[in-house]
Amino acid sequence: MAHVISDLSKYVICAFMAIYTLECLIGIIRGRKQGRGMYIRQVICMFMVHFLGFAAICLETGEPSYIIFYGFQEILLFAAIALFRVLYPEADRLLAGNMCMMLSVSFVVLTRISYEKSIRQFIIVAGSMIVGLFVPWLIKKMQFLKDLTWVYGGLGAAALAIVYILGSVTHGSNISYTIGSVTFQPSEFVKILFVFFIAGMFAKSTGFGQVCLSAVCAALHVLILVLSRDLGSAVIFFVVYLGMVFIATHNYFYLLAGLLAGAGGCFVGYKMFSHVRTRVTAWLDPWTNIDDAGYQVTQSLFAIGTGGWFGMGIYQGNPSSIPYVEKDSIFSAIAEEMGVFFAMLLIIVCLSSFLAMIKLAATLRDSFYRYVVAGLGITYIFQVFLTIGGGTKLIPLTGVTLPFVSYGGSSVLSTVILFAVVEGCFCIRESEEMQLDDV
Amino acid sequence: MKKTKKSGKQNIDAIESEDELYDDYDISLPEKQRNLELIIVAVIFSILCFMLIGNLAVYVKRDAQEAINNDYNPRQELLANRNVRGRIYSRDMDVLAYTKVEDDGTENRLYPYGRLFSHVVGYSTKGKTGIEYAENMNMIFSHDSLGNKITHELNEKKDWGDNVVTTLDLSLQQTASDALGVYSGAVIITEPSTGKVLAMVSKPDYDPNEIADIWDDLVEDKESSILLNRATQGMYPPGSTFKIVTALEYYRENGGDVSGYRYNCNGKFSYQGSVINCYHGSNHGSEDFKKSFAKSCNASFANIGTSLAVGSLRKTCDQLLFDKPLSTKIPYKQSSFALKDSDTMDDLLQTVIGQGHTQMSPLLLNMITCAIANKGVCMTPYVVDHVENVGGTVIKKYDPKQETVMMTVEEADFLKEIMEAVVTQGTATKLINDNYTAAGETGSAEFSSKKEDSHAWFTGFAPVDDPKVCVTIIVEGAGSGGEYAVPIAKRIFDKCMMMQ
Repeated sequence: MAHVISDLSKYVICAFMAIYTLECLIGIIRGRKQGRGMYIRQVICMFMVHFLGFAAICLETGEPSYIIFYGFQEILLFAAIALFRVLYPEADRLLAGNMCMMLSVSFVVLTRISYEKSIRQFIIVAGSMIVGLFVPWLIKKMQFLKDLTWVYGGLGAAALAIVYILGSVTHGSNISYTIGSVTFQPSEFVKILFVFFIAGMFAKSTGFGQVCLSAVCAALHVLILVLSRDLGSAVIFFVVYLGMVFIATHNYFYLLAGLLAGAGGCFVGYKMFSHVRTRVTAWLDPWTNIDDAGYQVTQSLFAIGTGGWFGMGIYQGNPSSIPYVEKDSIFSAIAEEMGVFFAMLLIIVCLSSFLAMIKLAATLRDSFYRYVVAGLGITYIFQVFLTIGGGTKLIPLTGVTLPFVSYGGSSVLSTVILFAVVEGCFCIRESEEMQLDDV
Repeated sequence: MKKTKKSGKQNIDAIESEDELYDDYDISLPEKQRNLELIIVAVIFSILCFMLIGNLAVYVKRDAQEAINNDYNPRQELLANRNVRGRIYSRDMDVLAYTKVEDDGTENRLYPYGRLFSHVVGYSTKGKTGIEYAENMNMIFSHDSLGNKITHELNEKKDWGDNVVTTLDLSLQQTASDALGVYSGAVIITEPSTGKVLAMVSKPDYDPNEIADIWDDLVEDKESSILLNRATQGMYPPGSTFKIVTALEYYRENGGDVSGYRYNCNGKFSYQGSVINCYHGSNHGSEDFKKSFAKSCNASFANIGTSLAVGSLRKTCDQLLFDKPLSTKIPYKQSSFALKDSDTMDDLLQTVIGQGHTQMSPLLLNMITCAIANKGVCMTPYVVDHVENVGGTVIKKYDPKQETVMMTVEEADFLKEIMEAVVTQGTATKLINDNYTAAGETGSAEFSSKKEDSHAWFTGFAPVDDPKVCVTIIVEGAGSGGEYAVPIAKRIFDKCMMMQ
């Protein structure tokens, strides 16, 4: 019976996800004009996806402990939505909703893959939420944060450099510190510092000298990351910088020059580093390298392809066969068991978060916050693009995580902070408008 | 200053909600300009996201089915443990392969017609070939009804995998196999207008029911290569059947007019030191183009060959899918046209009569013949009509697909005309009868230095005016096509026309 229910639940889950996504798109188009009904509908959809996912898990495994675990998750998600609403009435509910939706999908998929890991993840998420609740307040109250430009730049570069020198080697990349049993990946947090740094630079001036100076600092970040073999982060930093320069300077020449430099950098990287070449070979023809370099991407493609449009159903697939499934390849696991259609909707939800951020940036008057929000938006969406594109063979695999969904403390905490900063900027906009009213 | 303040105040009074104030602020012109770059960035990343979605859609719709049918995909085992492998049916629903589940749960794959369908249906235990390979994933998925699934689950039984209904016809397959008899070789029977494969025989064959027992012998026996599906993977010199290609090329190079061609055959053709003999030294006398083709006159075709441009001939061969991947799902080997610009005149003369280094599969010859029968359009050969669940509901339908346009309608008509002459006055006169008309070309492909050893070829279709079936036959080491392959074709055409 469990199989059949799991088989059916995937359609219902998909239907709720479709309604949720539709509301997201309506929310983006209509902006703040829509009523409360939409958010309530979204929250209901989110809880239904979470509930049905766990119903299938409990039936398949027959483990009562999962029900208790589910209960804790419900409390956490509910508390996050309620507290946020009460503490920051001016914050954006679409973004907060999307965050909870992604987290509940993450809970379902991670629990299905590994119970132990999902419990760890739950604790980390709970901690991150507590941190996240304070962040908008900090952004709102501490205006001096705008003036710490060089602190951000210095801290970020230093953190990256220390990891490069001391860090342990994970999967051929020097990207993490290990303190006790906790492995900490600074590049996830430096992304945010970097956006603050560049925003600070351009808020001061967008003259040629300032652009050059920022370019040198950005190049330094990227270079350290390339040396640490953290190619995914290196590309993210580069694209974020390029986007921010373009937005801040309104100069198409910089965009063009940056793209050319990027292409040149890719070429040099390809020639210089064998691990870059391996990734590219594995991307171009994973099938002939199916035993080694192409293993991860082919396993990911098997998962997505076998799942098909509506997936194999929770516990009906074999996601564990994909290497690093709980981190880099979580998207493929979702597509396998919950369906490609569901996975596509997930991409649109991510896109709606990004568009909400860009809309906010467009309406902020203070250029520092404007650049911060745009930069964080690009950071978020480009990371989504890298991880999903890599797993579906659109681009070479770079081994970055899917924000909120992948397993990993640094990834979740940093993305919660990222969203919380943006929510803080929603509050800033509110106060800007109050000032406008006062005129 | 005062004025702006006032107007600002009025403005606020005029609007009701803060939302509208906000919108008003947003619309002012400098703001729009300020946000242009943000809009561009938003558009760029939206496009990237839709590329992700598009790429996924294309993968699932187009490539996934082939990709997941891979031994490295561990989900095959998972599904096989959950569902009983589906059946393979002929087009009239005769069971060609099924899985028998014993009381203790052990499963056996059985093939009721034994060796009759050995190559085309294939086997699924010692690795997988044929339809068992190509449709593997479809047969291990189950789209059974919900009610049945629940019943099975309550009874702790496996679900029934989906069944594959082929285009194969049991009686035609039987006729083709009987007609080929004890010879090694292959027969393909297709429907030119759709590309449906009605029968596909390859000999020597084996009994797939015994594959586990005979496996070691089959693998060790390199000489007779029993496991090779000769119909699609056998590589043979095309012999005179290549004259179809040469004739097409000559027709093209002469602007569609071959009426001026005359040749006087005295049994051999000498040119720049090369000598080409007619089969068994026949002396064909004075002949025009049609008669040269009908009589399969090597000397005359060698004479034609001297006038052909090698580059242009290669282009024609490209168009006829030599050295090209085919889009059929049946495992096959690429045919090769091996003439280079640097090759000697002798190579060219040998090639145009089908005796050079050109290697061809019966499948490709069948596809070319089908194109001639089908106004120049080659349909993709396919052997699976649809996949259905155990209750008979169609899950997936395979529709006829155009592979390529090999030639123009005029060119096809021209080839049809001279191929009809092969039957009415040439090497295939054994096909003359009162009930139907046929067209074709024979071949006797020499494969060793001994002149007597040759593979007998026939490829052709019937009826000429409205071709219903296209048959390609190779009989290894039998002798001339006219003597050994044409009678097989006769039996098959007779059977087909009787069935119509």
